[in-house]
Amino acid sequence: MKKCFSNKMEMTFSAQSVNEGFARVCVASFCLQMNPSLDEISDIKTAVSEAVTNAVVHAYPNKKGVIKLACEISGNDVTIEISDTGIGIEDIEKAREPFFTTKPSEERSGMGFAVMEGFMDEVIVKKGEGGKGTTVVLKKHIEESCQQLVGE
Amino acid sequence: MHIKSKVYKNTLYVLLCGELDEHSSVHARSVMDDLFGGNNFSQIIIDLSELEFMDSTGIGVLIGRYKKMKSKNIPIFICNPSSHAEKIFKMTGLYEIMPKIV
Repeated sequence: MKKCFSNKMEMTFSAQSVNEGFARVCVASFCLQMNPSLDEISDIKTAVSEAVTNAVVHAYPNKKGVIKLACEISGNDVTIEISDTGIGIEDIEKAREPFFTTKPSEERSGMGFAVMEGFMDEVIVKKGEGGKGTTVVLKKHIEESCQQLVGE
Repeated sequence: MHIKSKVYKNTLYVLLCGELDEHSSVHARSVMDDLFGGNNFSQIIIDLSELEFMDSTGIGVLIGRYKKMKSKNIPIFICNPSSHAEKIFKMTGLYEIMPKIV
């Protein structure tokens, strides 16, 4: 049996909006080794952007904080974990509802989680480590065989 | 984010270039509000052919502009979305308030 390709990366960055673009481009380039289609890369970039934007906008009101991003490739599956240690989400069920936003005055669409769910295969939202903050786990299957990469 | 515009035959054409996310949304909002405040057009067409990235923050920006223009009875239309933007528009129902034109 052929061994499945696997790879990991982790990064930590400040919870600032300028890092939204940085984070999604980093994850996208890490995922390129899975030979994804352009559509799949767009899906991943958008979902990462949504999760990181949530952390930037909501996790640390009036103070500085950091966002941790971990990405793991296992065969044809990628798992991306985005965590903050901020104030956490009071009602996770509610937050996942389409059009729900705690900041309507800022013209937020409330579609962040809906977009993540539409673009990824699985989206898990949970309390962060030690009950602090929020961790969002995004999973996607990439339609490309891992044998190709291992065989090279 | 870079925004170009022109008015031609009562239509305000707006070309969004680059990436529309939370980081660029403040700039995009203020530029569009300046342009949309004019009174030499009766409809707006937003051209997305040069838009390289957009997430749900972009949807929030567009819905916000729609609400402002609705009170002035000025319709907004979308043209040339990428397949990626199209997916987000369909998912969020944006086309119901900003129809796509070819």
